[in-house]
Amino acid sequence: MEVYDLLFFVEVLIGGLLSGVMYSLVAIGFVLIYKTSGVLNFAQGAMLLFAALTFVSLVERGLAVPLAIGLTLLIMVALGFAIERSVLRPLVNRSPMTLFMATLGLSYIIEGAAQLVWGTQVHGLDLGISDVPFEIAGIFISTFDLAAAGIAAAMVAGLSAFFYWTRIGLAFRAVADDQFAALAVGLRLSRIWGSVWTAAGFVALVAGLLWGARLGVQFSLSLVVLKALPVLVLGGFDSILGAIVGGLIVGAGEKLAEVYLGPFVGGGIEGWFAYVLALGFLLLRPAGLFGTKLVERV
Amino acid sequence: MAAQTISLPDSRFPLRTLLWPALALAAAYILVPAFATTYLLEAILLPFLALSLAAVGLNLLTGYCGQLSLGSAAFMAVGAYAAYNLNLRISGLPLPLSLVLAGVTTAAVGTVFGLPSLRLRGFYLAVSTLAAQFFVQWVLTKFGWFSNNNPSGVISAPRLIVAGFSFDSATGRYLFSLTTVTLLTLFVWRLVEGSAGRNMIAVRDNETAARVIGVPVLRTKLLAFAVSSFIIGVAGALWAFTYLRTVEPAGFNLDRSFQILFIIIIGGLATVRGAFIGAAFIVVFPLVLARTGAFLFGGVFDSGVLDMSQRIILGVLIILFLILEPKGLSELINRLATRSNRQRA
Repeated sequence: MEVYDLLFFVEVLIGGLLSGVMYSLVAIGFVLIYKTSGVLNFAQGAMLLFAALTFVSLVERGLAVPLAIGLTLLIMVALGFAIERSVLRPLVNRSPMTLFMATLGLSYIIEGAAQLVWGTQVHGLDLGISDVPFEIAGIFISTFDLAAAGIAAAMVAGLSAFFYWTRIGLAFRAVADDQFAALAVGLRLSRIWGSVWTAAGFVALVAGLLWGARLGVQFSLSLVVLKALPVLVLGGFDSILGAIVGGLIVGAGEKLAEVYLGPFVGGGIEGWFAYVLALGFLLLRPAGLFGTKLVERV
Repeated sequence: MAAQTISLPDSRFPLRTLLWPALALAAAYILVPAFATTYLLEAILLPFLALSLAAVGLNLLTGYCGQLSLGSAAFMAVGAYAAYNLNLRISGLPLPLSLVLAGVTTAAVGTVFGLPSLRLRGFYLAVSTLAAQFFVQWVLTKFGWFSNNNPSGVISAPRLIVAGFSFDSATGRYLFSLTTVTLLTLFVWRLVEGSAGRNMIAVRDNETAARVIGVPVLRTKLLAFAVSSFIIGVAGALWAFTYLRTVEPAGFNLDRSFQILFIIIIGGLATVRGAFIGAAFIVVFPLVLARTGAFLFGGVFDSGVLDMSQRIILGVLIILFLILEPKGLSELINRLATRSNRQRA
């Protein structure tokens, strides 16, 4: 009995960690944009929905999968630069709160447009990854979650390589480090912001496909943004490592709480548990685990 | 919020500033009950009043004190359910008193969720108010006690009787709501015109600087949270008792919180008047859009399309207002008025 309980605990823990990776996937999109432009992009969830919905609708209209991915990416590039031009540039130098509220408006536009164009019905999405759990030493692990974790790891590795070994990646880091200095050495801020939003669009596509395969491609997909926010709070808004660790903590905490704490309070606590966890944590460390501490000047 | 110039309260007797609100109030008390149809009262004026009050509350916190909250709907729910339970469980409690106590309950809950604001700033705080949003909705659905053991957490409004007079008719509910909103708005107006309001603006514009010059930051923030939650709680009770009559926790979802935030963005941050203008816009806009859409596109413009185009237009408006007119419709009206005055002169 004792062994079984321990096995069960490990199984829940692993399941939680793996679903946490899915949260991290969404959170990374936020971090990219926050780091370089200081905007907390609430529209990341809407972008995720938009990307997944566009991809699925293109495939359903008979496009080959690689072609559909290419076309969706092109659309995300266009979207990224359009947002830079029409929302970010006019709001340059305005307070972070104003920018946040603007992305709230943006999320309404993207959600509305995505569903106006592609319809509101639920689309199934099959990525060809089976969701049959397999067993290791008596512990069942979902193949799909494992594959998702693999894809996430590959994406993070790819992003890091991009940041460290390409010119545009260097420019990203320069802007994240000091906007004015970057401008002074002649970096084109508008092009960099456009690219960053494109990169976030790419992350949104990957996350959207994985989440879409899990939940079906539908409106509620844009609500995963609400799962990503506590992850960001835990990890700090400007750290990719933080997004990953935060995602793992939230995923594991949520699953463990649901299994071991849920029965005592009537269940359904996964809707807010992550927030309370993040809130409690914030009181101890206001800048998150890996966030930059703010130095205030008058 | 970017640094804004503070318009100091008018030292002369504010006759001019009082003129329009007084006229509007007179019309609301005399003309509306005399001429308004039941449809106008129930579909437009009652939601308008409740949302205006909620927006006045949120504006105090977000517009004046600069603390972004995404949990307004949760506080409305607390107010509604508190008023319901007070009314149900304490027999003989006068209705106005149960509204006040509901407000006090909400203020207590709001202050608890506002406590993190003492350490957190900006986005971190906004996220923490989301905790209130999800937690409150869960509590109200999960624990039957709050809804008198209704399986889906639905509550129905009690009869509205004050001092022996019944306010259950459409006109009665309107007058009840109008009076509540008027009194609380007056209270908030006095508050923001006074030193508390200036402290809030100081905290919003630069917290560290405010602390340096001796503004009691801690007390100011908690006061903003408490008063704001009080007002939003009463607004929630009005929403449940005078407008919908039957509400469930799901009616106070995140979309409602955003709606109230949009009201103050469109109406004008840090103006009392903006809350009313914004609420009027948010209530009337979907109706106008539905009519125009049906007129222009006929059957193609079904409820799905309507819903989506409403989202898109609202989003576009939010961004346009933030870019072009950060002080909202309220400032736009001001500017038009000055221009027409100048032309007359």
